[in-house]
Amino acid sequence: MGLLLRYILLVFMGVLFVLPFAWLLSSAFKPAQQMYVMPPKWIPSPPILKNFIDGWNLLPFGTYLTNTVFVAVVGAAGTVLSSALVAYGFARFRSRLSGVLFTLLLSTMMLPMQVTLIPAYQLFSILGWVDTFAPLLVPQYLAVGAFFVFLLRQFFRTIPRELDEAARIDGCSSFGIFRLIILPLCRPALITVAVFSLVNNWNDFMTQLIYLNSESKYTIAVGLQFFSSKYGPQQINLLMAVSLLTLLPLLAVFFLAQRYFVEGIAATGIKG
Amino acid sequence: MVNTATIEATGSKRSVRSASSKREARNFWMYISPWIVGFSAFILGPMLYSLYLSFTDSKLGQLGGFIGTANYVEVFGDDLFYIAVRNTAYYAIVSVPLQLVLAFFLASLLNKRIPAIGVFRTVFYLPSVIAGISTVLLWSWIFNSNYGLVNYVLSLFGISGPNWLSDERYAVPAIIIMSLHGVGGAMLIFLAALQGVPTSLYESAQLDGAGTVQRLFRITLPMISPTIFFNLILGIIGALQVFTQPYIFSQLNQNLGRNRGMYMYVQYLFDQGFRYYRAGYGSAIAWILFAFTLVVSLIVMKTSSNWVYYSDE
Repeated sequence: MGLLLRYILLVFMGVLFVLPFAWLLSSAFKPAQQMYVMPPKWIPSPPILKNFIDGWNLLPFGTYLTNTVFVAVVGAAGTVLSSALVAYGFARFRSRLSGVLFTLLLSTMMLPMQVTLIPAYQLFSILGWVDTFAPLLVPQYLAVGAFFVFLLRQFFRTIPRELDEAARIDGCSSFGIFRLIILPLCRPALITVAVFSLVNNWNDFMTQLIYLNSESKYTIAVGLQFFSSKYGPQQINLLMAVSLLTLLPLLAVFFLAQRYFVEGIAATGIKG
Repeated sequence: MVNTATIEATGSKRSVRSASSKREARNFWMYISPWIVGFSAFILGPMLYSLYLSFTDSKLGQLGGFIGTANYVEVFGDDLFYIAVRNTAYYAIVSVPLQLVLAFFLASLLNKRIPAIGVFRTVFYLPSVIAGISTVLLWSWIFNSNYGLVNYVLSLFGISGPNWLSDERYAVPAIIIMSLHGVGGAMLIFLAALQGVPTSLYESAQLDGAGTVQRLFRITLPMISPTIFFNLILGIIGALQVFTQPYIFSQLNQNLGRNRGMYMYVQYLFDQGFRYYRAGYGSAIAWILFAFTLVVSLIVMKTSSNWVYYSDE
């Protein structure tokens, strides 16, 4: 297709994709009266910074943010650790059942999580973990995210076994090989897993909704929903302002780690 | 004498091999042990338990008695079930193909090293990264019937926009439109696949006089068919499980009454299991979803041999 046509289409689609965010920006700065005006004023005059402060103070968003960061970081750490260990097992070692188990692992990617939802809740209830962060975090330390194990296994397999063997001749244990050879060489893949897992945890809604009952434990996702149901239609501008604020950390992570997002996704699809 | 020597030689070789493979197996089990624990505790265990629960009248936190297939019978007799199935199927059947087409289209646009292409890639991909409750709330405001962005844009063309979130007929279309905003992930996967198609194929096709459309259908699509397959399966599975958007959208309309067009299958599961505490009934609903997902996936996989082309065959 011609270059001009390509750019025209790109710009057109680009505008369509950006429009919702422009709307978000516009609404976040509007005083309440200017929200319910047709045709809408795109640039509010004057832009109200107070929305951000008011919205933030209506509910303990500071707490929500801390909780979210905690869950996201601790969860991501667990995912990277456990996925790497399990992926190493699948990548480097054979046993009679390794093929079967790997297929089993892959098939869990297709499992609707709703099938395990209710019994998992029962289990956590018996353990006394409801209304704590444990149900959100513990599974991540047990490599429940099959996608990441798969991704890392593919990367590990690209490292020549000769390196392993050389290390083994020097007296290295299997864990030593893991720590000193595989991990350093796969740093980009590990960062990709960490970043994806961070974002997933940040955006996760359903499990956080189910397990976090006391307000002090709310994460941003639950907090925003709570905000919208409590103050919803009356204070949409505040809601938009706070939403925007809570998006900023994600945006920061994205721009810092953009490369890892893009390359990570690419790696899954083709080798799949 | 020769025979015994051979037997002895083979014997010792065998035991050496199995000693090292035993060590290998031991390592294998050791390293995947976290997954074994996680899988048993959080996947296999709950799955089997939920299957059992589905045949009981258990409540959340309280084991009930065995009631055979009564839950399943009740599900198939429940109006809500059929409403949920209808809405979810409508959403899945329409949104998945649309998402794939859009993702492919955007990927094709991006598949050229021209200035600022990275900016556009970011613009298309970013929404899918930020996709969380913030975006859902934003979209519910965008679909506001009087002051929202969508109806404003429609009004510029002289169209009076409908009541997106409260009108039964427009609920699913609203969620579909929103889902299109999030095709960034699938788009990147398509982009990677497109970049993997050897340009020599296009060159020789052009020499033979093939036009753009022919190149698309004879070269591009077949070469990326494994990726289409991958995105299709993931898309269907994701669409069947849609929860956050309808949940939030219907919450915000509490004053206007629940929108029957918005009621999705996982909402039904969620309500029965966590609002009415019917663990047994909810488990039956979940297993029906699982069975259905499995069947659909198997169908797609079976038919895939007809249209998916792997380059190493």
